[in-house]
Amino acid sequence: MQLSLDQIKAQIEAAVPGAQMTLVQNGSPSGQHSLLVDKEHALAVAHYLRDGPGLRLDYASNVAGVDWPDTVVKEIVRTKGVVDGMEREFEESVERKRLGYLEAVYHLYSMELKHGPVILRLRTADRAGQARVPSLTPVWRGAEFQEREAFDLFGIVFEGHPDLRRILMWDEFKDFPMRKDYVEPDDYEYEPTAHDEVLEKAKRHVSTEGTPQ
Amino acid sequence: MDLGLRNELSKQGVFTTTLEEIYNWGRKNSVWPLSFGLACCAIEMIAASMARWDLARFGAEVFRPSPRQADLMIVAGTVTKKMAPQVVRLYNQMPEPKYVIAMGACAISGGPFKQGYNVLKGIDRYLPVDVHIPGCPPRPEALLHAFMRLQQKIDEQALTGPQRPRHLVAEAPSEFTVPQFGEHDLVPSKNPAVWHPPVAGRPQEA
Repeated sequence: MQLSLDQIKAQIEAAVPGAQMTLVQNGSPSGQHSLLVDKEHALAVAHYLRDGPGLRLDYASNVAGVDWPDTVVKEIVRTKGVVDGMEREFEESVERKRLGYLEAVYHLYSMELKHGPVILRLRTADRAGQARVPSLTPVWRGAEFQEREAFDLFGIVFEGHPDLRRILMWDEFKDFPMRKDYVEPDDYEYEPTAHDEVLEKAKRHVSTEGTPQ
Repeated sequence: MDLGLRNELSKQGVFTTTLEEIYNWGRKNSVWPLSFGLACCAIEMIAASMARWDLARFGAEVFRPSPRQADLMIVAGTVTKKMAPQVVRLYNQMPEPKYVIAMGACAISGGPFKQGYNVLKGIDRYLPVDVHIPGCPPRPEALLHAFMRLQQKIDEQALTGPQRPRHLVAEAPSEFTVPQFGEHDLVPSKNPAVWHPPVAGRPQEA
């Protein structure tokens, strides 16, 4: 029987005392809602998800990184006020600055009970010095390479990972290419069919000196 | 030798040739490629070497697993920045005379991946490429065509004079700079001795 995410959340909260779980809604038609777990209890929660009765999520099929840069969030706040002796409801748009963070997203399935995916999210404190989450490789061994990939491309440091090195880029590489603010090296000197973004980049290199070929 | 005299002699059963002709004839019909592929283009390269397209007709069926025995490097596929130093190193290990065919959109320009952070925008930034083949991937026929162009190029090489090929010029470089892994990109990101980006504009009338 498929458990709903609310039921799973209630089960975990009963089994792992102190765990702070948040249900992250997905508004798209797929409706794949996910569970956000706090960093302190992530490992205990992961163990429970793998071994808990009725869950048995023994297979982490996918580990993804998500970059959420600093943004300004617009919120609509309803306030009540009195205008001309009439009580009215006002809608006010409030802008709030939200600091960016990184997320590691785990897609979990159960081979034994044939259900899933249950989507688990871990969130870092910020995008610079505190980009740390606990590694879930001790729970799901198959997450090892994918956590290395998230480390390589997003710069999420997985604490407790057995072998956290870059996996795709070379060791000397300093950037994190999948972050939203990554600036790729500018090597657009020659663009035979440049258009749009590439055209803009290529224009900076166009030299009119010398003999055209 | 005069062409008329030569024709006359051949009618009499006397075969004449020049050292240059026989040297180039021998070289162009035994171009041994280095057996390495980088991506999906390599599948077409393999197909070209098998019975249906039969690269053996051109004397090039002997794919060598060692660069020391190879004459031709077919760069078949996407050259990632992480792979580029190894490709240049393999080229440096090949003995002269050596040739390069850049096969497919990725090898000539980065192809569909050129806006990525990890793909080299054409192997001609580091190596002197003799024949470029566009296509994604090029058909085996296209590789055969490139091969015939290379044979034509070898056939037309003069062994003496200022136009003689690189391997007969003592001062000409036979090795090229192997790029190093840098903090943001390969260092250098291109070899200016090999690659000059084309200058924009229309060619001037001479």
